[in-house]
Amino acid sequence: MNYSLNHIKELESESIFILREVAAQFENPVLMFSGGKDSILMVYLAYKAFYPAKIPFPLLHIDTGHNFPETIEYRDQLVEKFNAKLIVGSVQDAIDKKLVSEEKGFNASRNALQTVVLLDELEKGKYDAALGGARRDEEKARAKERFFSHRDEFGQWDPKNQRPELWNLFNGNHQLGEHFRIFPISNWTELDVWQYLASENVPLPSLYFSHQRDVLERDGTLLADCDYIEKRPNEKVYKETVRCRTIGDMTCTGVWKSDAKTIEDIIAEVSTTRLTERGGRTDDKRSETSMEDRKKQGYF
Amino acid sequence: MSTDQNTNSELLRFTTAGSVDDGKSTLIGRLLYDSKSIFQDQYDQIKLVSEKRGEEGVNLALLTDGLKSEREQGITIDVAYRYFATPKRKFIIADTPGHTQYTRNMVTGASTANVALVLIDARVGVVEQTRRHAIIASLLQIPHLVVCINKMDLVDYDEGIYNKIQDDFEKFAAKLDVIDVHFIPISALIGDNVVNRSGKTPWYDGPTLMYYLENVHIASDHNFIDSRFPIQTVIRPYNDDYHDFRGYAGRMAGGVLKKGDEVMLLPSGFTSKVKKILGPSGELEQTFPPESVTVLLEDDYDLGRGDMIVRSNNKPTVTQDIELMIVWFDHNLPLQEKGKYLLMHTTQQVKCIVKEIRYKLDINTLHRNQEDREIQMNDVARVVIRTTKPIFVDSYRKNRITGSIILIDEGNNNTIGAGMVI
Repeated sequence: MNYSLNHIKELESESIFILREVAAQFENPVLMFSGGKDSILMVYLAYKAFYPAKIPFPLLHIDTGHNFPETIEYRDQLVEKFNAKLIVGSVQDAIDKKLVSEEKGFNASRNALQTVVLLDELEKGKYDAALGGARRDEEKARAKERFFSHRDEFGQWDPKNQRPELWNLFNGNHQLGEHFRIFPISNWTELDVWQYLASENVPLPSLYFSHQRDVLERDGTLLADCDYIEKRPNEKVYKETVRCRTIGDMTCTGVWKSDAKTIEDIIAEVSTTRLTERGGRTDDKRSETSMEDRKKQGYF
Repeated sequence: MSTDQNTNSELLRFTTAGSVDDGKSTLIGRLLYDSKSIFQDQYDQIKLVSEKRGEEGVNLALLTDGLKSEREQGITIDVAYRYFATPKRKFIIADTPGHTQYTRNMVTGASTANVALVLIDARVGVVEQTRRHAIIASLLQIPHLVVCINKMDLVDYDEGIYNKIQDDFEKFAAKLDVIDVHFIPISALIGDNVVNRSGKTPWYDGPTLMYYLENVHIASDHNFIDSRFPIQTVIRPYNDDYHDFRGYAGRMAGGVLKKGDEVMLLPSGFTSKVKKILGPSGELEQTFPPESVTVLLEDDYDLGRGDMIVRSNNKPTVTQDIELMIVWFDHNLPLQEKGKYLLMHTTQQVKCIVKEIRYKLDINTLHRNQEDREIQMNDVARVVIRTTKPIFVDSYRKNRITGSIILIDEGNNNTIGAGMVI
C-alpha cells in the first residue's frame, strides 16, 4: 500500500490544518479578501476545512475605490455562492471623512491608506486573527513570515522577534488587544496555486485571462488605463492583449502581455516565465525593502 | 521553473545550516539557478545591489537574506523558506544560520525536514559547526542526512582528502542517532556534482546532490503503524440538512484509520467505530498522515479539542510525567527548575512544572554536564516535567508529531522552548 500524497494535496492538507487551528484557537477571526487568486484559494480551502458547516468567519475586503470593476463583481458572486458574510472597509469613506489624506502626483497610490483602513477595521471588529493569502515565495520579506504572525497592539510586525514555529504546533496565545496575522498558504508557490485552482475547476475573475485593454507604459511596467492614474504628457494610451498576474489596486497592478486564454495556458505561461509575479507591482518597487517597511506598519 | 512540473510530484522539505564562508548560500543559489528557479527580475535586482555595494560578481546570498538588517550585516538571522521544483519533486528549503547563537532557528528549520544538508569545507574538514549541525539533525530525528563535502575545486578534487573527511565524519556520527547518511563531493561555486555530474571526480560513482534530493525515499518518513488522530475542532453545521452531524476535524498524526475500524477515544477510554471519513474532496475509505480529514463515529460521544482517536489495540502512553530533551529559546530568563509553564502537545494545552533538570547537553561535543544546569537560550537539556492533566504521547523517535511539545511563557505568551519526548 502506498501512503503518499502529491505536493498539492499535502499543501492543501497543511492549509486546512492551519485554518482549523485558527477557528479553534481564536475567538473572532476574519479572512482578508482582496479578490485576487490567493484569497479566492483561501475561501475555497476554508469551505473545505469546515464542510458541511459554513465558513465560520466573515470576509473583510478593504476597498480602495480604485478596484477593477471585475473584482467587485466576482467578489459578490463568491460571497453569495458560499453564503459568507462580507464586510467592506472603504478607503474612499476614510478620505471623505478626512481621516486620511490622499497621495498626489503621477505615482499616487492608496496602498498606504489601505493599511490605515485595515487596522481601523480590525480594531472596530475586535478581530483577534486576520487570515491572509500571502505566500513566502512572493517577496523576500514574506519569505521570513510565520504561519502565525504576532502583531502588537499597534498592529506592527517585529521581524527580528518572531515566535519560532516547530512541527505542527502553532502558538496563538495572545493578550487582549493584540492580534495575529495568519497565512495558511505560506508554502504555496504561484504555480501550485494555479495547479490547484485548475484541478478543482474553480471559476476565476476574467482579469486573469488574456483580453484587449487600453494600457500605458510607465517605468517598464504596463498599467491598465483608468481615471485614477494621472498621465504624464508623453505617456500614450494604446490597445494591447494582456492579462493580470496579480490583482490589486488599478493604480499599482501591472498588466502583462499574454495570450493565455485558459487556466492550462496560464499554467504553461507561469511555468516558463522568467519574471516574478510581483515584478509588475509598482508598490514593491519604491525601495529595496519596501515590503518589509510596509509590513512593519501593519500592511498585509 | 521547469516547464513540465508534474502535479503528482512529492514534496520534500530540507534544511541547511551554515554561514556565508562555507558556501551555503552559493549552494542554494546554485540549486535555484541550475533548476531555473531564479527569476530574471530577482537576478537583476540582486545584481544591481551587488554592484551598488561594490561587490565582485553577483552575490547570491542576497536572494536568501530578505530582512533589512540581514542584508546590512551580511548574515542570515532568521529561518528563510525557499521554493523550487523539478519535474520530479517540489522542494522547500528551510535556510538557517549556522552559529551557536542561532540554535533555535536551526531547530525550527529541522523540525519538519525530511533531509538535513550538512556542508563541510574540504580544505578544513570536520569542525565544531559540522558536529553541531549533525547533532541537531540527530536530536530532531531528521530521517536523512546528506553531507556535502564542498570546495573540492580548491583541493584539486583529491579523493584522499574526501575519504579522510568521510572517515572522520562517520567516526563521529557513530555516536549519533542518525538513520541514513550519504556523502557527496561537490563544488557549489563551479557546480560540480550539484545538478550536473562532474568530470573531475571519476573516483565518485554516487548521485549528484540534485539526483539524491529527487530520489531519496521519503514516503515512509511518517509513522504509518500507530494510528493517532488528535481532534482540532468539532464540526456541527446546525442546519436542517445536517441535523445530527458531528464531525471531528483533525490531521492524521500517525498510522492509518479505515472506515469500520474499532477505535478508542482518549482520555475517556470509550470505544466506538469509524462511521465515515470525509477528505477535502469527498468521502474516503481510509486516511493516513499528513491528511486533514473529518472523522465521524458510530456512537454519539461528546469529544472535543485535545481528545485523541486511536486504535483500541495500540494506544499512546497516557501520562502526566514525561522525560524530554528541551531546547531553550527564551532570551530573557533561563529554564527554571520548579518553573511553571504552559505546554502545547498536539491539540492540547496544559499547565506543567519542571520537576528536574537532569543535565545540560553540549551540542558541540555531546558531553552531558550534570554540574552546570543553568539553561540559557540555545541550550539543550534533559528534563523531567509533570503536567496538570494527562497527555497522550509517543516517544519522539517513534512519532515526531505525538512525541513533540512546545513550552509557552504564561506571562507574555512567547514560545520559549521545544521538547522531544524520550
